[in-house]
Amino acid sequence: MVDALFLGIAVLTIVSAIAALEMRSLIYGGLALMGTLGGIAGFFILLDSPFVALFQIAVYVGSIAVLILFVIMLVKSELIFQKKEDPKRRYAGIALMLILMICLGAVIFNSGLSSITTEEPPVDYKEIGEDFLIYYWPALIAMALVLAGSITGALILARRQDAVEDEQRTD
Amino acid sequence: MSNELIDFVIVSVALLAIGIYGLSVKRNFIRMLFAVEIVINAANLNLVAFARFLPHSGGQTFALFSIAIAAAEVAVGLALIIVAYRMYKNIDVADFRSLKG
Repeated sequence: MVDALFLGIAVLTIVSAIAALEMRSLIYGGLALMGTLGGIAGFFILLDSPFVALFQIAVYVGSIAVLILFVIMLVKSELIFQKKEDPKRRYAGIALMLILMICLGAVIFNSGLSSITTEEPPVDYKEIGEDFLIYYWPALIAMALVLAGSITGALILARRQDAVEDEQRTD
Repeated sequence: MSNELIDFVIVSVALLAIGIYGLSVKRNFIRMLFAVEIVINAANLNLVAFARFLPHSGGQTFALFSIAIAAAEVAVGLALIIVAYRMYKNIDVADFRSLKG
């Protein structure tokens, strides 16, 4: 049986995910996305994984959502409220979503997952540290390089190119 | 623990379906990024839920890797949005006819 806290977090997460995609203003959409990400962090706490929950809050709610809000504010205000959609495409999208939910839901309900519960103690976060530093250290280094590369790439992409444009104009 | 594994998996499926709806219907670049984030979070929820019920620490480790890589992906995605906005003065993906400067 699910408890009330689970139901509350599930409703918050799913409703704010829909609101993030359907709200007219992108800024409110971004705030609703923060609700979804926070709800997922709540699920992580329910799953006895406080370390991942704190990481989720620090990285997603703390930095990614704020970064998204800043980028939204860099865009012209009429584009923030603009909502161009093909109605046919929208209905097809809703049908696709429902079909996916029903098919995957049927598969999951008919699998053996419905009987799985656990009484075992949760994983200690020390084990996660051991995983990172003993088994997955090459992946950790690769991830650090990927992060550094992507941040550098993002900065190079987004840098202002006024100087280059001025040179082209004088040519 | 009173909740069962299937409850978390069902929420994850719902989030995945909402994310795929957003990716297929929305034409706004930023909203598509929102949809990608929702799909990635659905995957992370699944990983952590299975890690709790097995129980095994691998799921949480992979979820942490996934969150870090998603941060990099968002940084590059937002930089692309800024570049595209500068080039086309719009964030509608239907208007992005070519990627040439």
